[in-house]
Amino acid sequence: MRRLGGSWGRSVIWYATSIAIVAVFLFPVYWIFSVSLKTPREIFRFPPAWYPSRPQFNNFWILIRDGDVWSIWNSFVLAFSSTMIAMVFGIACAYSIVRFKTGGENLAIWIISQRLLPPIAVVFPIFLIYAKVGLTDTYPGLILLYTAFALPYVIWLMRGYIQEVPIALEESALVDGATLWQLLWHIVIPLTRNGIFATAVFAFIFSWNEFMFALVLTRTEVITYPVQVSQYFGAQSTFWAKISAMSVLGTLPIFFAVAAFQKYLVRGITFGAVKG
Amino acid sequence: MVSSKISHIKPTRDTPSFKHILIAPAVLIMLVMSVIPLVFVIVVSFQRLSMSDQITSFEGLVNYWRIFSDARLWEAILHTLTITFAALPVELLLGLLLAFHFVGDRPLKRLFVALLIIPSVISPMVAGSMWRLMFDDRYGPINQIIGWVAGEHISILWTINSAWVYPAIIVADVWQWTPFMFIILLAALANLDREQLDAAAIDGASSWRTFVEIILPAIRPVMMIAILIRGLDLIRMFDIVWQLTRGGPGSLTETISIYAYIRGFQEFDTSYIAAVVVLLMILFSAILVFTLKKMEIAR
Repeated sequence: MRRLGGSWGRSVIWYATSIAIVAVFLFPVYWIFSVSLKTPREIFRFPPAWYPSRPQFNNFWILIRDGDVWSIWNSFVLAFSSTMIAMVFGIACAYSIVRFKTGGENLAIWIISQRLLPPIAVVFPIFLIYAKVGLTDTYPGLILLYTAFALPYVIWLMRGYIQEVPIALEESALVDGATLWQLLWHIVIPLTRNGIFATAVFAFIFSWNEFMFALVLTRTEVITYPVQVSQYFGAQSTFWAKISAMSVLGTLPIFFAVAAFQKYLVRGITFGAVKG
Repeated sequence: MVSSKISHIKPTRDTPSFKHILIAPAVLIMLVMSVIPLVFVIVVSFQRLSMSDQITSFEGLVNYWRIFSDARLWEAILHTLTITFAALPVELLLGLLLAFHFVGDRPLKRLFVALLIIPSVISPMVAGSMWRLMFDDRYGPINQIIGWVAGEHISILWTINSAWVYPAIIVADVWQWTPFMFIILLAALANLDREQLDAAAIDGASSWRTFVEIILPAIRPVMMIAILIRGLDLIRMFDIVWQLTRGGPGSLTETISIYAYIRGFQEFDTSYIAAVVVLLMILFSAILVFTLKKMEIAR
């Protein structure tokens, strides 16, 4: 490719273009943050104001006052519990698949297919069953579904990380009389620690952001924040102040998580197929 | 890329039980959450449950036959394919251009890249809400900006006017997922064989020829994975369209997922949608198994 560095003029052009690209892509994000800080009067000003003249946090306060923030808590409980369960069982399963070739290629393909099916085709049958056994709109029902949703992801990501552990370590430990459980606990898990954290963070984000399962399976008790936002779009009035404030609350944690785990992002969003 | 190391532990006396204990909980959860619902939905698809009927006896293939004459479903399939074939090439091309722009080291490059991937990590539902605000005819900035350029007052009803809903949906999708393509292709470009590129430069190959003959074949496997993931996402598309149009005006922007959601959960045509879901599952599973085996992702 082109030689980089080059003349000063080329550098200026590169930075100007880069800033322009980033500005275009971040503008909608800026817009929703800016709306969340405006007063309701200013939100409905015409022509629209490009920045809040007097930024204030009242829109967030209203979410707390009306109890809407419970949806954030629900999102957290569902995403956190399902991620934890999926990590424990997923790491074990991945280890078995990598080191003992359990189930062969077919099991691996079946597992990833579970994740790539259309959510509507997954949730429609689940809804029929849950309605019969009374699991709709309950924590256990949603945690179970989110765990099943997170498992294929965790298994595929961890499969890649475990493959990178040099097998010689495990073999020599076996010779020294270690049990198979000890190999997993004392060698593989410590050596894949970074991968484990990254996988957990991305699995959490996917569940945190998930919309359709929650839309179908929650009513009032365990509504998640994406469902809460979608409910603000009413037929007559659209509560922009709440929409923007709730979206900001739901989006901020992701910014921090992704900033901390950027190195693992490419691997995380491609199910481990591309190692960044 | 795809790792194909042959590395497994030689079986000992306790391996058979150990390896099965390890996979048991995970496989059990996935089986319970896929097989039981699947059996159940197949049963329902042979009954006649709807808002008006509660017939649970075996009704044969009635629901499956209805699929052929259901114009609204076929239109939904057409809408889904339209969005897919409009958005996917744009995302790929823009992602590739961005990747070429940002490949190579410069101060602040990592910051730019980190900021640029933000759209792809926020919830698609939130992305849809953002664009709903952006596209509002009075209080959104899009009409305002177009008005400045055009020099006159513009009030396009982006999410209502049938001529403008598709551009609005595609813009929102391209905005959210171009960074996804970009970051994957950037990783592929960064892994290119520098020596080969330098050799091509010494031989005096044009940039276009270098791109077509060296770069493109080298990044092709990664590109195929990105296209596969995005293609599947687009065919399943729900969140962004739901937030922007709820499938409207009328049923003009119903995707397959939105159609099934409205028909199943708002119009309660339960047994019929069960049949649609069964076919969707069969179709998707076949495509998935075929593609995944062909791409040798699972080795």
